[in-house]
Parts: sequence; structure tokens; C-alpha cells
Amino acid sequence: MGSTRKFRVWRGDENGGDLQDFQVEVNEGEVVLDVIHRLQATQTPDLACRWNCKAGKCGSCSMEINGMPKLGCMTRMSTFTEDETVTITPLRTFPVIRDLVTDVSYNYEKARETPAFAPPAGVAPGDYRMQQVDVERSQEFRKCIECFLCQNTCHVVRDHEENKPEFSGPRYFIRAAELDMHPLDAKTDRKEYAQASMGMGYCNITKCCTEVCPEHIKITDNAIIPMKERVIDRKFDPLVWLGRKILRRDQLNGQGQGLDAPSGKPAGVTGHAKGVGPTSARLPEPPDLQEDGKLALTEITFDRPAAPSPFGEDVSFPMRGTSYVHPDRQRETSPEDEGTQAH
Amino acid sequence: MTTTASRPGAKPRAAIAARTLRTDRWWVPPLGIAAILLFFIAYATVRIFMAKWYFVPEHNYLTPLYSPCVAENCVPGSSHFGTWLPALPFFIPLGIIAFPIVAGFRVTCYYYRKSGYRSLWASPQACAVKEPHTKYTGETRFPLIFMNAHRYFWYLAFAVLLINFYDAALGFKGTDGGFGIGLGTVIIWVNVLALAGYTLSCHVCRHITGGRLKHFSKHPLRYKFWTFVSKLNAKHGTYAMTSLFTVILTDAYIMAVSAGWFSDLRFIN
Repeated sequence: MGSTRKFRVWRGDENGGDLQDFQVEVNEGEVVLDVIHRLQATQTPDLACRWNCKAGKCGSCSMEINGMPKLGCMTRMSTFTEDETVTITPLRTFPVIRDLVTDVSYNYEKARETPAFAPPAGVAPGDYRMQQVDVERSQEFRKCIECFLCQNTCHVVRDHEENKPEFSGPRYFIRAAELDMHPLDAKTDRKEYAQASMGMGYCNITKCCTEVCPEHIKITDNAIIPMKERVIDRKFDPLVWLGRKILRRDQLNGQGQGLDAPSGKPAGVTGHAKGVGPTSARLPEPPDLQEDGKLALTEITFDRPAAPSPFGEDVSFPMRGTSYVHPDRQRETSPEDEGTQAH
Repeated sequence: MTTTASRPGAKPRAAIAARTLRTDRWWVPPLGIAAILLFFIAYATVRIFMAKWYFVPEHNYLTPLYSPCVAENCVPGSSHFGTWLPALPFFIPLGIIAFPIVAGFRVTCYYYRKSGYRSLWASPQACAVKEPHTKYTGETRFPLIFMNAHRYFWYLAFAVLLINFYDAALGFKGTDGGFGIGLGTVIIWVNVLALAGYTLSCHVCRHITGGRLKHFSKHPLRYKFWTFVSKLNAKHGTYAMTSLFTVILTDAYIMAVSAGWFSDLRFIN
């Protein structure tokens, strides 16, 4: 059974705007994004809204619903009472483009500033071996869909625009933690970098990022606090520092491959983010080139089907000399085979 | 005028006048937590300077707020670890050894940082609610950079926890001097178990048992410890608040029995 519900939607752009009232039909099982689409279809065809998967996996439809940062596609209308007015506004931490669409490029700039995975020296691609127990912690952070609700709700930048140059935000703290906990990452100064250049110290553990995460990543408990503790190991704990110097404990030194981008500047962009390249023994790998030394214009004109085969270029499929029959199937067919042979 | 943050040169955000558009009662949790924290601060301040009614000699009940009591003017029998401090003036609490440790441990605790910053400092009061402060530097400089000392408070608080366990073991003193159990013993043991839960579930404990390792596979025993502490750590806030109440309850019960307001309910001897 459908019913007509009241909505207030922020309409406007960088020159200003206001909340406009609408009355929209809502049907059972619908989510807020469905209502936005019905608004576009019936009353305001020019209402701007970013969306894509409608399944809570693309992170596009981030908005603020009744003041709380949420995904439009994951907020069911059944969570509101029938007489409740639902207020929908754009993310308040980022510059507005139009209506519910904001310019989230701050996040992409911070992503670019965050040092990437550093390949270990002496291990060829394809030879990486990791134990599941070692990568479990990092895998939680890989669930991130980059909806930027955590970045939006963090009061460090939400209420203080001036902190944006120094503060990377929770999404990039989980990235820093992910790589620092990565068993094969060769960069050894991620802790110092997180403190000096990502603004880890600005976080005061108020856990709003964890509260709004639609993927239920324990951002604060599993990434930020462990990362803060790792920073303390390096920067604020003389006992650990002394122990590391005397006992030369590799676990605290990371891999010890010396792949450090310079850091230590109290704030802002340094090292990798400034474009200083890695000093690894293994250099960045170029893409596959054609025989004439040029990049293929398209995949169709490329002389190879795709990236190099992990089995080697001289192996073609299906491989000859190998056969495989499912054991169950083999049992089913074998009596018939015997019968056939008997005839 | 908009309440959204801005800085010169930055592209404008959506012009929304309201401080927050939240429609739920977001102010209730910080208000409740603030009331609890302020009550505890007030109660503990009064009690640590009271300098009486902290020990029940018949059953060896010693309140955790005064443990260890090592000054010469401690009540006879309450000094389980000797009296190696001179008599203290009235403005220095008898629990001077442990109280700064446990207070510092709680103030710098990651859970209490969340609840304190939200409820007492409004930074922010609730998610997506604009904070009243015009400037924010977080824990990057003095004095809040000292929140990073939580680790040291943890080491010391662990020692205090062991002392509390020792006190609790002495609390099995019956009326005739032998073994006995009373309501006070049960309350004291519930309190030390809550304190143990709070101390072991701490994020620092999680870090030093195994969280700082890069390869769990090389340290299977520490990984087991870490897994155990991680399970406790998920309930760290619950342990933090429960132990706050059990400390108050234990202290209030011992105060009441010590002052003679009512006598201890004895189960065995």
C-alpha cells in the first residue's frame, strides 16, 4: 500500500539554495533513493543526485538524511513514521556542485597523497606469498566502498575547513593501517608519515566515522587506534625505542628494506605526495608494449590478448596431456563403460 | 548565515543554516554520560579526601579508592603493603599511590576519550552536530598530546589491578578470623573482575599483546593472546562503565559497613 509522505530536499548550488518541500508517494519496500527517483520522474526532473548501483556497494548516493550521513539506497522508508518529514541534504563537508551532488575531490587528493603499496625487493610479481592470518586485519579495510560518509561526518574537517590540508581523514587512516599491517609492504615509515603528514593526531576518537560506515568497518577500533598505538611506538614511547635499538627487533622495524619517503614535516604534503619517487630495488613496471615499442592503441589491435599469462606465454589452453574427470562423475559412468566393454 | 565551516579561497559548501538537521534525540546519550562522569568525579573527590570509613577490619574489606594505603596515618590493618610513607596532611589523599594512576588511566582511555570529548567538551556532542569551538587542533599539541601516555598508565594500572586482587583475596576473612564470605566479599570480587575486564580489554593491551606485529603467523602464541584481547576489546566501553559503577558500589558498601550504617550480610562465617 502506497502512502503520500512529506519530504524536504535541499536544492541549490554554490551561490545558495534552500530546503524545498515535496509530497511524494512512497510504496512498501522502497528506500530514500527510490523517492529521489520518483521526484525526478514526477516533480523535479532537474534534481541532481549521484547514484549508481542501488545496492550499497558503489558508494555514490551518499547524502544526509534527517541530518545523518547515510547512503540513500540503504535507508529504508519503513524506518520513518508515516507522518514524519524526511529532510535530505547534500554532504556538508564538501563543496556543493548542485542539489545533492558535492565535489568530493578532497578525498581523491588525499588518496593521491597516501603512499601506495611498496613491493618487497627480490620478490617477483606472482611470487607473493602471504598467510591468511597475516592479511585478515587488512582485508577488513578492503571492504571500503569509498562513499566518504566517514570523511563527511568527521568533525575535524566538517566543522573546521582550515584543517583540510593537514588532515587526511578516516578513510585514509584505514588505508595507512591496511598497508602498515600488510605482510609484504616494504615501506617502513608509514607510522611517522601518518603522524606527520596525514594528521593522525587530529583524531580524538569520537568514533563518528565508525557509526556512519555502511560497511560496518570498525574504523576507530581496528584501524585508527592501532595506528595511533604504532605511532606511539615510534614517536612517544622511549621504552620501545630503546628496545628496538638494543635488541634490533625486526618486528618493530617492519621489513627494514629502507624504502622510506622523506617525512617529518609537521603538516601537509610531503615525500610521496610531493612526487618523490620510491627508492626500491624493484622499479615501477611499465605496461606491456607492442613490438614497435609503443603502447597499443586499443586492446583489439594489441598483438597479445591481455596481460602476460602467469603460466607463461608459451602455454595454450586447454592444456594438452592433462585430463580431468570429476570423481563422482567417474563413479557414475564406470559401470556403463564396463557394460559397453562386455558387449 | 550558514553554520557550515568555510575558509578563504575554499569552494562554498551547501548553504544550510541549521546547526544540525538530526531529528532524533541526539543530546540524550552525551547528557547521560556527562551526568555519570560528573557524578563519579564528584563522588571520588569527596571520598578520597574523607580519610575515614575506608576499611572494615573484621573482614579485611579495603575500598579500592584507598588501596594500597601506605601512609603512617592509615587505619591499623589496612596497610597490606606496609607503611613507607609518613603521615599525610589532610589535603593529600591516603590513596595517593594508586589514585593518580587509575584516574590517569581512565582519562587517557580510548573509550573515555570518546565519551569525555563528546559529553564534557562538546567536540563534537554527537555525530553530524556542529561543535561550538572555533578552532580545533585535536591531540596534536599540549596538553592533549599527553593522551598518548595511555600506555604508561596501563602498565601502572595493571600493577594496581594485581594489588586489588590481593586485597580481594584478603577479603575472605570470617568473623572468627578464619575463612568467610559475606556480601562485601562478593561485591569486592565482582569489582575486581570488572576492573580486570576493563584493564585487559584496553586497546593498549591489545596492541602490546600482538597488535603491533606485522606477521601473526610468526608469533602464534601472541596471536592467540591478541585474539582473546580483541574479543574483550569489542566490549571495552561496557567494561569501562561497569567497572566505574562497581568501584562506586564497592566503596559505598565498605563506607556504609565501616561507618556502622548497616552490618555486613554474612553467607559463610
